[in-house]
Amino acid sequence: MLAGVGGQGVLSVAAILAEAARRLGLQVRQGEVHGMSQRGGAVQATLRLSDRPIEGDLVARGGADMVLGVEPLEALRYLDYLAPAGRLVTSADPYENIPDYPPPEQVLAAVRAIPGAVLVAAGDLARRAGSGRTANVVMVGAASAFLPLPAEVVEACIGEGFAAKGERVVEANRRAFALGRAAVEGGAGA
Amino acid sequence: MLLGDEAVALAAMHAGVSGAYAYPGTPSTEILEYLVPRAAGGGFTAHWCANEKTAYEQALGMSMLGRRSLVAMKHVGLNVAMDPFVNSALVALGGGLVVAVADDPGMHSSQNEQDTRILADFARVPCLEPADQQEAYDMTREAFGLSERFAVPVVLRLVTRLCHSRAVVVPRPPRPQNAMAKTAAPQDWTLLPHNARRLWRALLDRLPEIGRAAADSAYNRFDAGDPGAPFAVLTSGIARHYLAAETAELGFRPPQLHVGMYPAPDDAIRRLADTAARLLVIEEGHPFLERRLRGVLPHGWEVRGKESGALPLDGELTPDLVRAALGLPSRPHLAAPALPLPGRPPQLCKGCPHADSYQAVRAALADFPESVVTSDIGCYTLGALPPYSAIESCVCMGASVGMAKGAADAGLRPVLAVIGDSTFLHSGVTPLMDAVAAGTPMTLLILDNGTVAMTGLQPTILPGSRLEPLLLGLGVEPEHLHVVEVQPRRPEALAGLLRAELAHPGVSVIVAVRECVELAKAGRHRGDQA
Repeated sequence: MLAGVGGQGVLSVAAILAEAARRLGLQVRQGEVHGMSQRGGAVQATLRLSDRPIEGDLVARGGADMVLGVEPLEALRYLDYLAPAGRLVTSADPYENIPDYPPPEQVLAAVRAIPGAVLVAAGDLARRAGSGRTANVVMVGAASAFLPLPAEVVEACIGEGFAAKGERVVEANRRAFALGRAAVEGGAGA
Repeated sequence: MLLGDEAVALAAMHAGVSGAYAYPGTPSTEILEYLVPRAAGGGFTAHWCANEKTAYEQALGMSMLGRRSLVAMKHVGLNVAMDPFVNSALVALGGGLVVAVADDPGMHSSQNEQDTRILADFARVPCLEPADQQEAYDMTREAFGLSERFAVPVVLRLVTRLCHSRAVVVPRPPRPQNAMAKTAAPQDWTLLPHNARRLWRALLDRLPEIGRAAADSAYNRFDAGDPGAPFAVLTSGIARHYLAAETAELGFRPPQLHVGMYPAPDDAIRRLADTAARLLVIEEGHPFLERRLRGVLPHGWEVRGKESGALPLDGELTPDLVRAALGLPSRPHLAAPALPLPGRPPQLCKGCPHADSYQAVRAALADFPESVVTSDIGCYTLGALPPYSAIESCVCMGASVGMAKGAADAGLRPVLAVIGDSTFLHSGVTPLMDAVAAGTPMTLLILDNGTVAMTGLQPTILPGSRLEPLLLGLGVEPEHLHVVEVQPRRPEALAGLLRAELAHPGVSVIVAVRECVELAKAGRHRGDQA
């Protein structure tokens, strides 16, 4: 289950992970939200990967192995979809475009209270990668560490996915991916 | 990996489509989005149209010349195209005509949840309902053949989850386009009463054959399940997968009939009923099959579904709702956080010209003790929400204009209608004609951002520069027609103009022009796709 705010690139995260899984021969179903909600509203996507045929696009409560947030409040919104042994992986950067956004420290505390939750300083890492706009790809890197997706396969998908936007964009996104993955593998999440 | 919409589009290309037509509407937009850039290379026509009715009529003309055509729309778009749709069931179609209609259960991006299967039944035409992206491809190809075989339009009923989910689709070898062949029987296309009576009878006489085709269709599948199962299940469309995902936990395989082609197969329904006295119907949308079931079966069967309350009448099916209807408990899951989570509704983009226009509307109306502001469908509908709270209605495409006239007729002053440029061209021109003819005291504010923004920046059917001559041609008085640039963060000029025109005792029109910020960002300007 993937969550974020319209414009943060949630659908790109889903698309990169889906393409990597497809290349590995897995069955893939990727559900997206288009239309009105893409205008700065809550956006959610589903991604189902399996070595067996997949029935349907949606996930039942308790059926998600991962909730992946590009924004922490949005990640919390889908907490009841997470299986007890599942993992919450989210950006630590609140996106406060609503007047009643709770105090950010409370949002992050609620994330930390979840066993095994992983918070990633996605914005900082994206800027280190060369562009604040790669925060979603930082999250691809962080998530991929917990998925059966080898880094080199995901990286190849990122390279091809951003190829049309030029070498600099590709390189920034590659670095963002590597930093996101390293942050989790090294236990250096925020 | 294709979206369901893209699978439909690819299948239409492979089925030898010669013309594809649509007005953008979520969740159907990606069908033409896929076809438009491929039309020139593929040797077919793919056009965005003024509205769904004009799109449908263009598809119909293509069919009259013996060539295959596709018309795509969202569910409420079929209301706009209802006249040609219902009547085209009577004419002697030449080339296959497929009507791809995307329903939006759950109203992700729509104003209602109407179910297109009911309208296909109403028009007495076959309807195919894919369960996944592969079926979307396969059924689209089959739909063209069925349309030619029975000389009726064939409806392809899609739903949001299918339109906007991606899966691998395996295509088949393409088929060439039909040669042009003008109808030899113009009397079969001319619905004068004596022709229409004959053609209506001919359609009714074909219905048993269409029903047999549906009964024999591989898309209507019966599975006897385990003997002695406590209940049997009837599914349609994507509900088949929701059931399949949960059967492992049921402990038995329920007898199942899946309906993918309508009219629904009554004999198969009776056969399903022979397996169990309790039946559960799982379908997206209205309780369409459930009602059919109640009509087909004698007393003594327990039919559960949306009407019985086993599933909700509104909203989208979810795995959790299906589990509950099957009698399965929730899977163990984490508790929702104790922290209250505020909703995050969509909002106008930073720098959106509509935001400045709404500031002007609020400032202008503040001078009047009372007023009414009707509005319409597009990004600017978000002006109903804080901090703007500037509009008071959104019903259907173009309704703002006719409703403003009615409100003025009722006696309130001032009356303001707010509509986008593309929505105005879709359905706002004709009601404005009524207002001009009657000399109605109302003001129309057309927000011209140069694109169909909400659905993803499709080109408007006419550039903004054509609005002024169009409005003058309708008879709007030149001194009460203003085309003005919306100044960023400086609403005073527009507010002053609005104030003056709201006091005018006749029709006045203000076209507020500024390019959509998303369009500017994308660098895609009007005419690029022409």
